[in-house]
Amino acid sequence: MPHDPVVEVSDLSVRFVNRDLDLQVVDGVSFSLAAGEVLCLLGESGSGKSVTMRALLRLLPDYARIGGKIRLAGKDVTTMTDRQLEAVRGPVGAMIFQEPMTALDPVFTIGTQISETIVSHEGVSYREARKRSLELLEMVQIPSAERRLDSYPHELSGGLRQRAMIALALSCRPSLLLADEPTTALDATVQIQILLLIRSLQRELGMATIFVTHDIGVACEVADRVSVMYAGRFVETGPVADVIGRPGHPYTAGLLRSTVHAESRGQLLESIPGGPPDLADLPVGCSFGPRCSQHHAACDAGVPAMVPIGEGRMARCLRPLLATAEAA
Amino acid sequence: MTDTHPSDTDPRDRGGPRQPILSVRDLKKYFPLRGPLGTINAHVQAVDGVSFDVMKGETLGVVGESGCGKSTTARLLMRLIEPDAGSVVLDGDPIGHGGITLRELRRNMQMVFQDSYASLNPRHTATEEISFGLRVHGIPAAKAREQALSSLRLVGLDPTLFADRYPHEMSGGQRQRVNVARGIALNPRLLILDESVSALDKSVQAQVLNLLAELKQRLNLTYIFISHDLNVVHHVSDRVLVMYLGKVVELGPVDRIYRAAAHPYTRALFASRLSMNPALRVEAVPLSGDPPNPVRPPSGCRFRTRCAMAEAICAAAEPMLSSVADAHQAACHAVIPGSGHSQAEALAHAA
Repeated sequence: MPHDPVVEVSDLSVRFVNRDLDLQVVDGVSFSLAAGEVLCLLGESGSGKSVTMRALLRLLPDYARIGGKIRLAGKDVTTMTDRQLEAVRGPVGAMIFQEPMTALDPVFTIGTQISETIVSHEGVSYREARKRSLELLEMVQIPSAERRLDSYPHELSGGLRQRAMIALALSCRPSLLLADEPTTALDATVQIQILLLIRSLQRELGMATIFVTHDIGVACEVADRVSVMYAGRFVETGPVADVIGRPGHPYTAGLLRSTVHAESRGQLLESIPGGPPDLADLPVGCSFGPRCSQHHAACDAGVPAMVPIGEGRMARCLRPLLATAEAA
Repeated sequence: MTDTHPSDTDPRDRGGPRQPILSVRDLKKYFPLRGPLGTINAHVQAVDGVSFDVMKGETLGVVGESGCGKSTTARLLMRLIEPDAGSVVLDGDPIGHGGITLRELRRNMQMVFQDSYASLNPRHTATEEISFGLRVHGIPAAKAREQALSSLRLVGLDPTLFADRYPHEMSGGQRQRVNVARGIALNPRLLILDESVSALDKSVQAQVLNLLAELKQRLNLTYIFISHDLNVVHHVSDRVLVMYLGKVVELGPVDRIYRAAAHPYTRALFASRLSMNPALRVEAVPLSGDPPNPVRPPSGCRFRTRCAMAEAICAAAEPMLSSVADAHQAACHAVIPGSGHSQAEALAHAA
C-alpha cells in the first residue's frame, strides 16, 4: 500500500431516515485510494454506489445519516463544518455528473462559471482566472476554446458540455476526481471520447479517481481496481483484470454472464434469477442469498465478512468461487 | 437470408414467406421549429427518405446515435405521428388510402417503449392495462380478461400474484413484462421494441431478452429492435439497419455489418464499443466531434463533416443506398463504383 492515501474510508454507513422510512443504503464500506489510482464502484441501480461517492464530499440530503470514518487528504470529512467543507469541495475532491445541464448554471457563460470558481477558491484576479479558464478548456480539448468561453451551456453539444463540466471540476486542481456515471447519457462515439479524455487527464494530473458506473465496459476501460456493490455493501473488490477475468463472488460472476457480448449471439443468456433486493427488507444473511445458485443454509446465518481471496482481492462470500483454486 | 422462417401454416400470412411483412418507402418527417411569434423558422429533418423492408420472422436491429431518427421512424410506422411523405405497406396492404385501417395496422403491429413506468396507466392493474387494448379492438370484457391473464402467463408473470397489481407495485423488469404482455395480447405479427431493455439492470435485461427470444419462436413474431446498445443488437438481430441524421447509411446481415461494415460511420460506431477486457482498451478515439445539428445537416453526405475519407464529391452529391454485396447496402461514395470518390475508382480497378 502506498503511503499517504488520498481517500481513506472505513466502515462507512449511510442511512436515509425520515418520518416514514429508515433505510440502510450503504453498510460497512471500507476502502482507500492512493494518488493516481482509479477505482470503479460497479453496481446496479439502488446498490449504493452513488451514495457512497457523494458521502465522500457530504453531498447528501439532510435526511442522510453518515456513520464511520471518511478521510480526504488526511482530514476527517464527517466532522467538518459547512465552511470547512467548502474548502474541501473543489481543491481536494471535485465531482463530475451524468447530466452536465444540471451541473452547469444555465444563465452564466462557461467562462464566467469557471473563472468565478477559481477566483473564489484561489483569490486570484478575474483576468488571471479567465486566462486559466481558457487553458482548462484547451486541456479538455474543446475546439475554438476562446470563443467557447463566452458560450452558454445550452449553446454547446452534449459532448462539449461534458468537457466544459470536466474543465470546471479541474479548475481548482483537485487531488481526487469523483465521476458519477459521466458518460451514461452520451452516445457511443462521444462516450469513448470522454472516457479517453478522463483517462489521460487523470494520468497527466496524477489524480486519484473514483468512477461510479453500472457498465462493466466502462470499468474495463478506465479502472485499476473495481469494487462491486450489492444492496449497499461491497461484495467483491480487486484489480479490474482479476475481477472481470475470474470473478470471486457469485453475484459478480452472474453479472458478467448475463451481460450480452459478441459470442452470446443466438443463445439464451444466463440470467440471475429474481430482481434486485428491497433495501427495506433485506435478508438477515447474505443479501444475494435468495438469488444465488451456490446458496446453502450457512449463508442465512448472518452477513458474511469480506475475506481475502487472493492478491489484493476480497469477497463477501462464505464459498468464494476462487477459494478452491487459491488453496491449491 | 434469415434462418427463422414463419411456418407456412400461419393463417395470418397473406403474401407468402418471401413477401416482406413491412415495406417502408421514402418515409419523411420534418418537425417544424417555431419562433417566439409562432412562425416556422426551420425544420428538424428527423427522418429523411428512409426505405427498408422487414422480412417475415426476422429481427431487424436498428442502431444509431440520439437524434438519428430511429425512434421517430418507429413512431411513424405505428402512426403515432403522421409522416410528411412516404408509404408503409403491411404484407401487401398499404396503410390508409384504400388500404387497411389504422386499427387493423395496430392489431398486426405493436410497440414496447423504453420507460416501463411511463408507458403504463398508473390507475390500471396489469390485467386492466392489457385487456383495455383488447376491448378497444372489440373483444368482450370477460374474454378480454381471460386473454390478458394468458398473456401474463406467457411473459412469465403468475396471474395469481400479478393480475391485480398496479405499476408502482412492480419492479422495472416486471413492469416491462406487462408492457410486453400488452404488446402480444392482440396476437400481432410484428413487434417494435424501442429501447425496450435499455433502462433495465443487466441482470434483469438478460431475463427480458431471453423472454423476447422465446416469445418470438412461440408466437411467430417479427421484431424491429431499436437500441443504442450494439452488443444487445448483435445478440438479437438477423439484419441490422444503421441510421445517421435521419438517413439509412447501411443495411445488411448482422455478421456482415459487425465484421465487414462498408460505411465509415458504422465502422466508427463499432470501434467505439467499450472493451470487455481491461487488456484490450480502446487507445485512440474512433470518431471526433458530436453529430451535427439535424436542423442544418451538411450538404451531400451527412456524415462527411466527421469522416476521414471525405472528398469533394461527398459535399456535392448525396450518396444513395447502394448494394455492396449480397443483401448488403451502404450509402457511401467510397464504396459506390463510378461515384467519383478516389477509393471507389480504386475499387473498380481492383475488380
